[in-house]
Amino acid sequence: MKGKGIYQVKGSEKKVKEYTLSVLTEDKAGLLNHITIIFNRRKMNIKSLNVSTTEVNGVSRFTIVVNSTKEKIIKILNHINKLIDVLGAFLYEENEIYFQEIALYKLSTKIFMKGDIVEKIIRKHGAKILEIEEEHTIIQKTGSKKETQNLYNDLDKFGGILEFARSGRVALSKKKRKTINFLKELEKTKSNKLNI
Amino acid sequence: MKVTGSEALIKSLLEEGVDTIFGYPGGAIMPIYDALYSYMDKVNHILTRHEQGAIHAAQGFSRVSGKVGVCFATSGPGATNLITGIADAQIDSTPLVCITGQVPSHLLGTDAFQESDVIGISMPVTKWNYQITSSQEIPEIISKAFYIAKSGRPGPVLIDITKDAQFSDLNFKYKRCEKIRSYHPYPILDENKVSDAAELIDKSKRPMILVGQGVLLSNAEKELIEFSEKSGIPMASTLLGLSAVSCNHKNYVGYLGMHGNYGPNVKTNECDLIIAIGMRFDDRVTGDTSKYAINAKVIHIEIDPSEIDKIIKTEVAINADAKEALINLIPKIKKRSHEGWINEFKECDKLEYDKIIDKEINNKEDKILMAEVVNKISNLTKGNAIVVTDVGQHQMVTSRYYKFNKPNSNITSGGLGTMGFALPAALGSKIGKKSREVIAIIGDGGIQMTIQELATISQYKIGVKILILNNNFLGMVRQWQELFFDNRYSFTEMENPDFNVISDGYRIKNNIVERKKDLDDAIEEFINFKGPYLLNVIVEKEENVFPMVPSGESVSNIRLE
Repeated sequence: MKGKGIYQVKGSEKKVKEYTLSVLTEDKAGLLNHITIIFNRRKMNIKSLNVSTTEVNGVSRFTIVVNSTKEKIIKILNHINKLIDVLGAFLYEENEIYFQEIALYKLSTKIFMKGDIVEKIIRKHGAKILEIEEEHTIIQKTGSKKETQNLYNDLDKFGGILEFARSGRVALSKKKRKTINFLKELEKTKSNKLNI
Repeated sequence: MKVTGSEALIKSLLEEGVDTIFGYPGGAIMPIYDALYSYMDKVNHILTRHEQGAIHAAQGFSRVSGKVGVCFATSGPGATNLITGIADAQIDSTPLVCITGQVPSHLLGTDAFQESDVIGISMPVTKWNYQITSSQEIPEIISKAFYIAKSGRPGPVLIDITKDAQFSDLNFKYKRCEKIRSYHPYPILDENKVSDAAELIDKSKRPMILVGQGVLLSNAEKELIEFSEKSGIPMASTLLGLSAVSCNHKNYVGYLGMHGNYGPNVKTNECDLIIAIGMRFDDRVTGDTSKYAINAKVIHIEIDPSEIDKIIKTEVAINADAKEALINLIPKIKKRSHEGWINEFKECDKLEYDKIIDKEINNKEDKILMAEVVNKISNLTKGNAIVVTDVGQHQMVTSRYYKFNKPNSNITSGGLGTMGFALPAALGSKIGKKSREVIAIIGDGGIQMTIQELATISQYKIGVKILILNNNFLGMVRQWQELFFDNRYSFTEMENPDFNVISDGYRIKNNIVERKKDLDDAIEEFINFKGPYLLNVIVEKEENVFPMVPSGESVSNIRLE
């Protein structure tokens, strides 16, 4: 789907699904607030949010995950696209993106003393030991929310999880598009003035 | 050339062609006011009596003149007092640039005296806002502000300038903003959509045009008439679309919405095609959306993509400036006539006339009705005045009975419904179009919300006519209480001050009409007087505005009594 411009849904899509919004913006203060109040006004909860730089200097990317009907999210998307400093907002379903989250698990180092079961779990899940201290050990796992949650559930059985944190989703489109080309297109358009 | 930030601001405004500013000074904007002192011969500053007055005046000024309205306010309460007007301008698409002073940048976030986070507060109600903390930014940001405010779907922009940025020096150079890479105000017209629309139009049997304010904002009045005359399609208007088409045009079939005319409301569900131009299907127009336009396909001509499919699903969406879209659409459609269909509207008009209009304008009772006052004013001014209304019954009556004849003549708070809008908006309108008669029609409730602006009108001798339709009630709320809340008149009756004594106090000529026999002469004197004049007309206390589409019901259920 294109960035700025008009998004329309054919028919009425009332099914609630997980959608990922990828929003390219100018790197300006206050934009996060601008974007989140659009969700807030419509009482839509953001499931995960990540803001990062992109490969283009001065351009930021917001990755926002929500559960919504297509109809609702398109209205929000159109509003985000209306913000002056937004370069383009894109809507994706799960199969249209590569995406990952990262989770950190702080475990009591003691549970490693109970044999190699915990180690086996970590290996099974493809997680990584980041740091081992006397008191605690930090495990890192990247993957989908489901995958990091599965590891959590397995580790939780041993009761040794001291702290847990999961990042927002980061996602890239499966399309060939390059940010820089998208920006060039934006700069080329004649929609800055009335052509009559 | 080295100047202070404050002087750079004034010079930037002059570069943008600003000749009028509405404002109110205070601590954090004093350097700007000091710079303004040196430019008094180049720019006219109107000191209102409240910041809300300043912004509504700027709105009125903008809506009659098509220029960007400019207002100044200080930090803290000055800035927060602008918010209602900003929200009003946002929802009614009025281009404004609001300049607020702010505490020095080193005090930001410290709860300094008169500090408020106006950027945070105004975020959801501005088209764009920005805080300037360095004088260097001033020329560029002001040029961006004007470009954003007036281009595409217009709206309010707020620029907050810290006091240190106002004081410090910069080398002034001005370049008008012509492009922002992340902002695309004029979508490229899709010719295929225009062809699709033309096909639907040519095939339709009972089509109807809904005229919104977008027609006025894009100056497409002429193209609209051409489109309607070639296609033979009847035109109905939204509240803010009023005056885009002369009420006397043969294809004009009336005013849409909750208190609109009978014909265009019931016919909405009988037509087979709606061509909505520059309007946004407000709930006051649609009633229950699930029972709206049930037999119709919808063509939506709209510059703002976020409005398309927001409320009503479209068959064909033309995302473009209304004028551009119409220029492209007109040659593609066939010349047709829909006489039989238009006559159906005329039959509805007759029904409405017999049931409501006749009784109101030819009222035989002793008590004066709002409709007869507005009707007399409409006749006397031949529909050529700029009419500014507030919010409530008088607003709906004026929208129904004033027969607008010239574009940009209906100045009212539509989307937000801001009581207190009319008096300041009227003074701004008069300043924006000095050559035209400006009549403010206001209820006794609304005028008391911004009554202090009588002082502004008096000080600058602004020749607005102020008509109070005075029923000692918050009439619209009372009407709802009567109809939907079992006559429980909870806090709607008002013991009003003597508006004529108040007017005397402000040294504004005034008159009061209590008896029917005095009405004609009083209105004539009111209209013919040169200069500000307040006419207080005591009207029937418990009058109801009909027709009415009850809230949340289908437009088909419009009630005539």
